[in-house]
Amino acid sequence: MIKVSAKAKHYLVPIISVFAGFLVGAIIMLIWSYNPITAYASMFTSALGNMNGLGETIREATPLIFTAIGFAIASKAGFFNIGLPGQAQAGWLTSVWVVLANPNLPKYILLPLAIIAGAFAGAIVAGIAGFLRAYFGTNEVITTIMLNYIVLYLCQYLMQQIMPASLRNDTDTTRNIPANGSLHLDWLSQLFGNSRINAGIFLGIIALLIYWFLMKKTTVGFEIKAVGLNPFASRYAGMSAKKNIILSMLLSGAFAGIGGVVQGLGTYQNYFTQTSSIAIGWDGLSVALLGNSTAWGILIASLLFSTLKIGGLGMQTVAGVPYEIVSIVIAAIIFFIAIKYVFDLLFKVKKTTTEQHPLKKGEEIGPDNGVDGPNLKLQKKG
Amino acid sequence: MNFESLLALIVSSTLVYSAPLILTSLGGVYSENSGIVNIGLEGIMTVGAFTSIIFNLTFAHAFGSATPWIGALVGAIFGSIFSLLHAFATINLRADHIISGTVLNLLAPPLGVFLIKAIYEKGQTPNITANFGYTNIPGLANIPVIGKIFFTNTSAPAWWAIIITIFLWWVLYKTRLGLRLRSTGENPQAADTLGINVYKMRYIGVLTSGFMAGLGGAVFAQSISGNFSISTIVGQGFMALAAVIFGKWNPIGAMLSSLFFGFAQSLSIIGNQLPGIAKIPTVYMQIAPYVITIVVLVLFLGKSVAPAADGVNYIKSK
Repeated sequence: MIKVSAKAKHYLVPIISVFAGFLVGAIIMLIWSYNPITAYASMFTSALGNMNGLGETIREATPLIFTAIGFAIASKAGFFNIGLPGQAQAGWLTSVWVVLANPNLPKYILLPLAIIAGAFAGAIVAGIAGFLRAYFGTNEVITTIMLNYIVLYLCQYLMQQIMPASLRNDTDTTRNIPANGSLHLDWLSQLFGNSRINAGIFLGIIALLIYWFLMKKTTVGFEIKAVGLNPFASRYAGMSAKKNIILSMLLSGAFAGIGGVVQGLGTYQNYFTQTSSIAIGWDGLSVALLGNSTAWGILIASLLFSTLKIGGLGMQTVAGVPYEIVSIVIAAIIFFIAIKYVFDLLFKVKKTTTEQHPLKKGEEIGPDNGVDGPNLKLQKKG
Repeated sequence: MNFESLLALIVSSTLVYSAPLILTSLGGVYSENSGIVNIGLEGIMTVGAFTSIIFNLTFAHAFGSATPWIGALVGAIFGSIFSLLHAFATINLRADHIISGTVLNLLAPPLGVFLIKAIYEKGQTPNITANFGYTNIPGLANIPVIGKIFFTNTSAPAWWAIIITIFLWWVLYKTRLGLRLRSTGENPQAADTLGINVYKMRYIGVLTSGFMAGLGGAVFAQSISGNFSISTIVGQGFMALAAVIFGKWNPIGAMLSSLFFGFAQSLSIIGNQLPGIAKIPTVYMQIAPYVITIVVLVLFLGKSVAPAADGVNYIKSK
């Protein structure tokens, strides 16, 4: 057993989990006689070694930042929002649809409108789960899983039956969005070797700042955290549990929805039919778990996972290792995060001797009454 | 198409689509009754599907028509091995059940495809030659009318699944083992004081769920999809989870809900052959299981239907 300080342990858990995850990947590669060192080396060089790769890595991280914030807000309020894929998908289709339906609006109106519409769509999907939780006590894990599939099939239906044929290429893909509804920036894309990096990353950084500010500096964030930590105590303190449950799920869904918007208006510039829950939802969940739901943690974890995902493509071509090893490594990392009890056994937190406020001569601690105990007087020295 | 053959078509396709759901949801019932939430059913089904297809492709020439049945057993065994991960994490290492289950779902598809690529050097297996197909049940198929609707050209795994349901219901509600299993899901502390080994019971619950979900995945792969790829198991595990809840955590209930969900699924596929149904957009059939589950959960408000300690880690020293 190793003794560490509480703060060091806080950082050790994710770092060791990441290394252990890579180790699992390496072992699997060794079993099937691939060379893990070449594989990982090619992974990092292709993701970070040139401007195009770097741009794609940042592009890949962008939606994950949003979906991870979505997961984090809900989990601060004590909920497990596993419906991120559905919420992001709703945001994706909605934003693309809004842009395609209003191609003549000026950019400064159309783009914000599409982003807000996407956030709204995600918020509605998550809000259903929040509402049912608040008023009927329905388990949000089950409702959000079910909503994922409801959204998946509804989007197929909307795409194939409801969307006007003039907005689509065929029943499975929409037309590409016009430039006045796109997050694409020419200079940014050219700077990063013509990659698909887009203005979404700036929105992502703003979103992280908003998330940090919301949670640390506002009453809204405080109430959400309080309800998550102890719903009974916060109710006793006059906070409405119902209001905070619904609010946190609406916010969570809105961020997840923007994750989908960034995917639609930034990465792909269109929407195409999905046949299973979209990956940015699950990856966002993993990012938030690894980043321990802090703003910095989410930023770093999203960049790490996007490095893996973009680098994995290079690894497949250069080292010939199947791309799927990347998802195995990510799953393994989350597994190690999940079994953090092992870390409790491995690392003992040092009992920090509580630093005492140096008392001045004659200073007293606390009032002397029957409730708070006897007052302490500092012994006069010398 | 006359009424009798129409009915026979609906019944047989319902049974084909229900069989994997019934088997998997039974696994969910056992896990949750022992106190471990298992949303990893989807991932376990993927493992079952993948291993059974590999077995089937490799040994079809050796075992002939028995291949899919042995393949199903292989899938079930690997399913329970895979579920050990969930059992160890939640029972011994106090992991959050939802996160651990999610890990199974995240891990299984890439693991399967990675191995497929390593073995076959492409992302999808060839189609199997020996699948479950359609069976006439000897004896019963000769009964007039009923025999033609229910027992001719029907799915043998589905009838086996119904028999297994009755057996597992009997074990859960009529035997000592079943009582002990349910007691660890309701009140592990009390069970422990009475000398029941809570950890052992929960291992039995989770491993049974792994076995059954692996079986379900294997049956799905060998009777419906016919091969394995990343999109073989997409949502069936979650639909089985819905059946567990809709069936109120009871094996018989889970089976009936699975049959109903299988019916909805088959309607969305054969619906265009049926008069009247063809006009209804398939989306209603596709989302029906999920909408119904949410509605049922809302309607059961206040009635404690889930095992009381479902999803709660048991820490012995506490």
